[in-house]
Amino acid sequence: MNGDWFLSWISGAILYAAPLLYPTVGEVLGQRTGMVNLGLEGLMLLGASTSFALSVRLGNPWVAVFLGAGVGLLANLIYAFLVVKRNASQLATGLALMFFGLGVSALLGKPYVGQMAAALPKYPLLGPRSLLFRYDLLVYVAFLLAALAWVFLFRTRWGLQLRAVGENPAHAYAAGISPARVRLAAACVVGFLAGLGGAQLALGVTQTWSEGMTAGRGFIAIALVIFSRWNPLRAIVGAILFGGAVVLQLQLQARGIGISPFFLDMFPYVLTLFVLLLWGRGVRHTAPASLGRVYFGTEERGG
Amino acid sequence: MDKSPVLRAEGITKRFPGVVANNRVNFDVHAGEIHALLGENGAGKSTLVKILYGFYQPDSGTISLDGRPTPIRSPREARGHGIGLVFQGFTLIPALTVAENVALFLSKLDWYISPKKLAAQIQEASRRYGLELEPKTPVWQLSVGQQQRVELLKLLLTRARVLIFDEPSKVLAPHEVDTLFGIFRDLRNDGYSLVFITHKLREALTCADRITVLRQGQVAGSLNAQDASEEKLVELMFGEPLKEVATRERGSKFGKPILELVDICTRAVGTTPALRQVSLTVHEGEIVGVAGVSGNGQRELGDVILGLIKPTTGKKIFLSQEATAWPPARMIGQGVAFVPEDPLAMAVVPWFSVLENVALLSPKRFSLYGGLGMAWDKARAVARAGFERLGLNPLPERARAASLSGGNLQRLVLVRELSRDYKLVVGLYPTRGLDVRSANAVRQAFLQARAAGKGVLLISEDLSELFALSDRIVVMLRGQIVGEVRPDQTSLTEVGRMMVGVGHG
Repeated sequence: MNGDWFLSWISGAILYAAPLLYPTVGEVLGQRTGMVNLGLEGLMLLGASTSFALSVRLGNPWVAVFLGAGVGLLANLIYAFLVVKRNASQLATGLALMFFGLGVSALLGKPYVGQMAAALPKYPLLGPRSLLFRYDLLVYVAFLLAALAWVFLFRTRWGLQLRAVGENPAHAYAAGISPARVRLAAACVVGFLAGLGGAQLALGVTQTWSEGMTAGRGFIAIALVIFSRWNPLRAIVGAILFGGAVVLQLQLQARGIGISPFFLDMFPYVLTLFVLLLWGRGVRHTAPASLGRVYFGTEERGG
Repeated sequence: MDKSPVLRAEGITKRFPGVVANNRVNFDVHAGEIHALLGENGAGKSTLVKILYGFYQPDSGTISLDGRPTPIRSPREARGHGIGLVFQGFTLIPALTVAENVALFLSKLDWYISPKKLAAQIQEASRRYGLELEPKTPVWQLSVGQQQRVELLKLLLTRARVLIFDEPSKVLAPHEVDTLFGIFRDLRNDGYSLVFITHKLREALTCADRITVLRQGQVAGSLNAQDASEEKLVELMFGEPLKEVATRERGSKFGKPILELVDICTRAVGTTPALRQVSLTVHEGEIVGVAGVSGNGQRELGDVILGLIKPTTGKKIFLSQEATAWPPARMIGQGVAFVPEDPLAMAVVPWFSVLENVALLSPKRFSLYGGLGMAWDKARAVARAGFERLGLNPLPERARAASLSGGNLQRLVLVRELSRDYKLVVGLYPTRGLDVRSANAVRQAFLQARAAGKGVLLISEDLSELFALSDRIVVMLRGQIVGEVRPDQTSLTEVGRMMVGVGHG
């Protein structure tokens, strides 16, 4: 083990952290309003496949990335409508959305498997000659976004209102906030950021499209939300940790260490489980109180 | 008064499944007026103020502001019109801090919340009215009394003109009520309109300018305070005069000790007080009263007895057995009946029906086929007998607990707890939120328990209640027992002085 190896590991960890950070920060905001969205994986895949396809067609990765994120937003409106307006179960709706995204993204992406798309341009952090720490703009933005999300949540009026809805929608309503509106807005953000994460993964990190390429990152993001205790700044730590695990696993495979590649593939996910296991204590007190519950409105108590 | 009222409601009717909560109710309040809304539990007071606040929509009737008909479709609209309401069950969010809870209600809040600026704003208002609140404390650490002060603070910081309080005195100690009423008067003199719900005649008579009495959803009468008297109001409220609870001879011969606490200490959590060296014995056939301003360790005392918190040092002996480490299930199984401070949070499952909640603690008693079924008929009979024995009106068995008013919840818990086979009953503010008649029925039930040789530990802030019922009164202050007196050898003022820590003379 030498310094180069370590630097390239850090460099890779940050790269792999970014596409996780988008859905994680989005989901932190969503869960802070009381919504669990198990459909993140599907949203990421939709963002990835549409942006990849558009980049191939249009040749402009930026337009493709934002259209991909927009598709994520639109797809999550299905979830928002069912959960907020029709009081559907969040878990069932989320899972349905996940499979919907999986199928539709595979269909849309089919003609583009193995093709080359216009990738996002890279900007080196350490000067033009270093091969490490060269990231596309969206990597930098991801970390900035996490910090901004923290400020938004804990230092702004809207963040306060958003958290109030997640703790107790009935009381938030009594405070003059519309829980439905807050949740709809949050669902749009969740969809957009999940789509953006997928798009960045396809056009910034892997620069290819293959079916199911997000490989469970949507679910890892949900785990990271719990790990972060619904705090966007801690989500950065979680994302780097998972990104680091992925890179470490790739590095070990590249070195031809005598461990089954299937076992190594498993490593980041086992790490996630393990961290959640250690981290599980005390989570109960920080989780938004209305998380996962259906809010039926206020006219249910007799006087 | 020749000016038109600030807020006027005319012909308000509101039906809930099975009840007409408000039936053609007329109500108004002027600027610079305190208007008391008086009535028994379930008379429709809460419903009426929730309609004024836009929380419920009336089935018919109109609301006018400054003489103009103005429909109020949501609490947000109400607040926009300058109407503020302090709910009976508070609308604070436990996970958020005092400052954040207040900020949620500020209409003119900058988009960026500076914690320092907000804290300064809160501390200023809090100090001016003697509310003593620390902005950074999470609300879940506050006592019920402190939480009400946060609610009050919220209204003071929003620019409301009409301030409505749903039973503000229910959670307060006597001297806190006086302070609150002092604030009410200051606000009235500043031109605010105040509406408060109560079922205590004395409060209405001491504080209000005008009193409107509701009975079974209808206005039974509305009169100016100077024309009102206790008899008149009682007549309006009940339609019949009431008997005072009988004070009885106090014996000094008690049976064996049922519960002994020896030098109990607990660890303080957050801002809650720790118990320090609390020693207390309850004998068979004895009512021990615990006096004190709420938040001085009463809740912790109850929790220790029930086994919810384990003492760090000290011993708990129940029925001559060392019970310090017993979990609540064992305490309950061995015969502790418990009426907690906050029944909705601690004693019932909100979305269970009344009947299911009654059966909840004695599943074995009502089980059929070795636990494969439930003998609902038996539970129903027990519930009915319980209501009858206590002299309370029965509650609808299928109603969800969450849909009951505060007083009805308290009745449900009392009936369930006193219908079980118990040796000791621990009551935290058991008559809080009950109307005069129900409260007397509960007091009678405690006296019956005493006569049957049970032990009673009565934690209350109602000193006249403690004096009427207790064989002994201990006074709690900051987690300690600071005095023990016999009610026939002391006075209300002396106990009151001990409660606030002014000398023992």
